[in-house]
Amino acid sequence: MSTATKELTKQEALFEYLIRLADDRLILGHRLSEWCGHGPILEEDIALANISLDYIGHAANLYEYAVEIEGKGRHRDDLVYFRNDPEYKNLKLVELPKGDFGFTIARQFLFSSYSYYLYQLLSDIEDEQFRGMVEKHFKEVKYHLRHSREWVLRLGDGTEESHERIQDAFDDIWTYVGEMFHQDDIDEVLQDEGLAADTASFKSDWKDLVADTLKEATLEVPDWDQFMVEGSRQGLHTEHLGHLLAEMQHLRRSYPDADWE
Amino acid sequence: MATATTYNKDEIWDLLSEVKDPEIPVLSIIELGIAREVTIDENKVTVRITPTYSGCPAMNAIEKEIEKTLRVNGIQNFEVIKDFSETWTTDWMPEEAKKKLKEYGIAPPGRTEKDDDFLKNIKGSSRVIPCPYCDSTNTELQSEFGSTACKSQYYCHDCDEPFEHFKCI
Repeated sequence: MSTATKELTKQEALFEYLIRLADDRLILGHRLSEWCGHGPILEEDIALANISLDYIGHAANLYEYAVEIEGKGRHRDDLVYFRNDPEYKNLKLVELPKGDFGFTIARQFLFSSYSYYLYQLLSDIEDEQFRGMVEKHFKEVKYHLRHSREWVLRLGDGTEESHERIQDAFDDIWTYVGEMFHQDDIDEVLQDEGLAADTASFKSDWKDLVADTLKEATLEVPDWDQFMVEGSRQGLHTEHLGHLLAEMQHLRRSYPDADWE
Repeated sequence: MATATTYNKDEIWDLLSEVKDPEIPVLSIIELGIAREVTIDENKVTVRITPTYSGCPAMNAIEKEIEKTLRVNGIQNFEVIKDFSETWTTDWMPEEAKKKLKEYGIAPPGRTEKDDDFLKNIKGSSRVIPCPYCDSTNTELQSEFGSTACKSQYYCHDCDEPFEHFKCI
């Protein structure tokens, strides 16, 4: 009896964990896709669209595994198109409007560097299928990190205007970074089983990488101890997510039985 | 009508060699290392494939193309399984396939380098990618992202041609 309850908890926790990972990537992928046709230069238009595709691919893999774990016969698209904003568990960081190129790059750098450490830990996870996905995603995340880091340096140590814009971006976004390291019972249940990464273990390495990069880019590191927003993993969002979902979901909801074939 | 029993494994591999990557039509899914395993169990043909890049839109097209190829050859009882247990790498690409890529105008991937020290070497590989047209090594990386997920963009300073490089991953 107790074993059954524990197994159920683990299954539910893994489902929720996969949803959180997938939602972060889907929503950021959607945000990045808004740059397609609007990039500051052609190469960047292509780069951001590529990274967007990677994220949506990562999310698709994770959702597919989530519905398999859930075992209720749902399709991954059901999770994408038929959940409302309180059911989305992505970080507020990723749902914020794309802003200017500086804001997009600041967010990409913070999220890619966080993902780098996260995936490094997830590469040792005790689940073959999950680990296989993670190893593939990890290779791509390295490209994302290198790309965004180079742009942070170029914009920070660039012109007066580029410096000012990306500094403003980091200042504005800072209140949203604390949540990346928030952990709850879902994480604890899975960490006991070797199925989740303990984000606390890499927080100081991540902060060093961020601080070193910002310094190299001649930027000020905002105050780590300032007020940080929370609640994303419980489904609390900014007003921006609803608008994003409306755009992403309306066609599917208008024609729920439509098929490409 | 042909059934799966009419074909042996080698013949199924021959059929799969006709399935090309829609983005790089000179390479088959075998040369790309996408098709990993064929099994025939009683009357059922199972093809195991490994996705290349997570978001590669060609993967769905490739899956459909495999299904179509099997079907037009009279095989009705089959399954195509996407498998993540092995991580796809360009190291699986045979030399002959690399030669075809170069002839097609895409600089082929070299061997992947270990990147355990990724953060220390974050500026990226200093590897020189020769121009596929004139073989010059006087080339420059323009962007790590190209027209498809698997390629980056380079420029050759000798023949003044931009070209694509199939990333080593």
